[in-house]
Amino acid sequence: MLSLVAVSAGYGSFRALFDVSLEVAAGEAVGVIGPNGAGKTTLMRVISGLISPRAGELTMEGRSLAGVPAHRIVERGIAHVPENRRLFPRLSVEDNLRIGSFIPAARRHFAERLAWVYELFPRLEERRGQLAGTLSGGEQQICAIGRALMSRPKLLLMDEPSAGLAPQVVEQVFDLVRRIRGEGLTVLIVEQNVQQVLDIVDRAYLLEVGSIRLAGSSAELRDNAFIRKAYMGL
Amino acid sequence: MDIYLLEAVVNGLLLGGVLALLALGLNLIFGVIDVVWIAYADLVMCGMYGVYWLHAYFGWPLALACVAAIVGVALLGLLVHLLIIAPVLGSAPINQLLATGGLLYFLQSFATLLFGTDFRNIGVRLPVIELGGIFISYARLIAFAAALLGATALYLFLKRSYLGTAIRAISQDREVMGLMGVDQRRIYLITSAIGGALAGLAACLLALQYDVHPFIGNTFGPLTFMICVLGGLGNMLGGFIAAFIISQIIAIGGYYSSTELSYVLAFTLFIVLMIARPRGILAR
Amino acid sequence: MRAWHPAALVGLAALVALPFVVPVYFLHMLIQILLWGFIYTAWSLMGRFGFVSLGHGAFMGIGAYVPALLWNYEGVTPWLSIPLSMLLSALLALVIGYPCFRLKVVGHYFALVTLALGQVVMLTIVAARDITGGSLGMTQKLAGHSWYALQFPEKGYFYGVALVVWLGGLATWRWLDRGVGREALQAISEDEEAAAAVGIDVMREKLRVTVVSAVLTALGGALYVQYLMYLNPETVSGIGVSLQIVFAAIAGGMYTPLGPTVGALLTIALTEGLRVWFGISFVGAANTIYGILLVLFIIFMPRGILGLFETLRARRARAAAVAAQ
Repeated sequence: MLSLVAVSAGYGSFRALFDVSLEVAAGEAVGVIGPNGAGKTTLMRVISGLISPRAGELTMEGRSLAGVPAHRIVERGIAHVPENRRLFPRLSVEDNLRIGSFIPAARRHFAERLAWVYELFPRLEERRGQLAGTLSGGEQQICAIGRALMSRPKLLLMDEPSAGLAPQVVEQVFDLVRRIRGEGLTVLIVEQNVQQVLDIVDRAYLLEVGSIRLAGSSAELRDNAFIRKAYMGL
Repeated sequence: MDIYLLEAVVNGLLLGGVLALLALGLNLIFGVIDVVWIAYADLVMCGMYGVYWLHAYFGWPLALACVAAIVGVALLGLLVHLLIIAPVLGSAPINQLLATGGLLYFLQSFATLLFGTDFRNIGVRLPVIELGGIFISYARLIAFAAALLGATALYLFLKRSYLGTAIRAISQDREVMGLMGVDQRRIYLITSAIGGALAGLAACLLALQYDVHPFIGNTFGPLTFMICVLGGLGNMLGGFIAAFIISQIIAIGGYYSSTELSYVLAFTLFIVLMIARPRGILAR
Repeated sequence: MRAWHPAALVGLAALVALPFVVPVYFLHMLIQILLWGFIYTAWSLMGRFGFVSLGHGAFMGIGAYVPALLWNYEGVTPWLSIPLSMLLSALLALVIGYPCFRLKVVGHYFALVTLALGQVVMLTIVAARDITGGSLGMTQKLAGHSWYALQFPEKGYFYGVALVVWLGGLATWRWLDRGVGREALQAISEDEEAAAAVGIDVMREKLRVTVVSAVLTALGGALYVQYLMYLNPETVSGIGVSLQIVFAAIAGGMYTPLGPTVGALLTIALTEGLRVWFGISFVGAANTIYGILLVLFIIFMPRGILGLFETLRARRARAAAVAAQ
């Protein structure tokens, strides 16, 4: 579904990604792990169109994403849950969800989409009128995921969903990701929390200093000596 | 109560309507999308000149002149955003203030160049109603009604529609808007056009009551900013109420002493409020 | 104290010699450039650190009207009343500045407060029309050539006063920069909390630069109307003046000491040029151009003309350094 071939990208004179190639097939859940500053967030931003790649090919369902502005990429079926949630703090939960379905294709089905999201996340429905900035960290993460789902995406990008959350809350969030997968969504997750993300993805890539260092199924990576030592403390 | 004081109060209420209408557009631009158009009042001035020239000089029917002025200032709003604001959106907001400061300068001087400094009146005399010894200007009554309608319509638009929600969101996190499928540029342009149109609407109603001259913007410009801040930036209802508080200060102050001193009082109040409660009197 | 740059000494000598060689018309221009340059410099002391004030007309107005009123009504010499007006401006700056800085009213909100302040002063002057003449303005009582009244029909004397004051402005710039001053304010303008964390007394530095700026602006306003022998609330206190100050400082470049004076050169030259070219009937032409230029400068050249030179020089130096490796 999503394919990156030899993609390079950066900010100004600073290069963050070098020759990155990865693939996500329909229905899969793929993880990207790696340390801070490895370029994981840059990778997400390149895919969702906030940054243009300097080199390489980027395609979604066979169609190139080169030069497509961020707001058009949403129409191609890619939704990005940004790092740190980035909810609109002074809008209500429901208004945040509403913005998520801004594109015409989603707007037509707003009511049923909203019902679906509320069904997935009943806590959001309880707090529908509350200002998003006053939600707890975990609730904000759920709201941000819900907001992304409102646009009826085929591929969901999640940037560090566990960041800043307590362990039990992280569990809950990842449970939700499992449920979303169960509904047929394809997911690409970028994470520092290696243990938990390997539990929910089929495959993963290790990104270090802007390049892919390792790739494999989650079982393979879990057994990999380097990863066990460097990222799981074993 | 002294009949003249009562008249001052009543006319203060009606002036409040005019000020509330003026504040609408600015509240949208400054309060909601957080863009500083220091030259907002001068856009209104342009609208007033538009109405004047189309009606008094070219003889267009008043209603048509007003519609043309509203459309004209809406276009002006678009241009302001495209040419002046968009290039400096990324930098500190003070740059927007300074750049539109240049626009203020330009508009006032250009108007002086074109029309000279004389006061011009469109020559429309709307009836003055008499209610129990008090004289009420019909024009102000219309302005009051228009302000009420405008505020309600804008409020509903912002709260209920997709576009309105996006407009409310964009000042809170501009970058993320793209991820929602929202074209930032379009939102800014649409809002700028609506803000301009509201300024044009205010211009039409002001033209009915006041003479236009190039510097008329200086008389109600700072006042309009004050009203927006007082009512809480972006708070349509707050701005509405604040307009009436300010107008009463001016009306009653003007009754007891000179007009200038009542403005001095109003501005001093603004300074105190900006410092004490920058989120406005209705802040949560 | 650092040795004076030879170019500066030559320039200074030239400036001192000028009134003896130059025709009166140019002297008139020079005096205006020096006085306005001084005022723009005073504004830039604050402006260059991001404390943009749109209400310096308030201080100019106080500086202009207090001595003039005291002279006309009580015969008080400007030598006493000008310092008084400077003190009043300092107090006003403190009264507004302290709560603003304390409660973190900064950036464009601060600018709006100063805008309102300028209006308050201007409207008060107009409201007191019985003594100030309101919008029609007023003139000082003539006293011929008098040091006591600080009035000199011969421009040469005023040139001397203007030159001294202008140099004083540059010296103040230097003084503020010395010691902790400049670094402290730079740090404050970038990140107040970090600056406070390193022990910089944020409040004191901000208040100091604000008060100095206000006091010098008042002095500039006082001298300007002493020279013109005419005051008008719009001319010294209106929004127009406040914006003109900002424009000139930005256009000339407010990050270097001579930048604002370049701005004065620009504004005076522009006004005169337009007047000569189009005649006096072209009211408002200069301001129209200021307006467009301000917009263009903010967008393309926010560091002003001198700032542009600085950037080019830095770029050339960097290129030379890279080439040398």
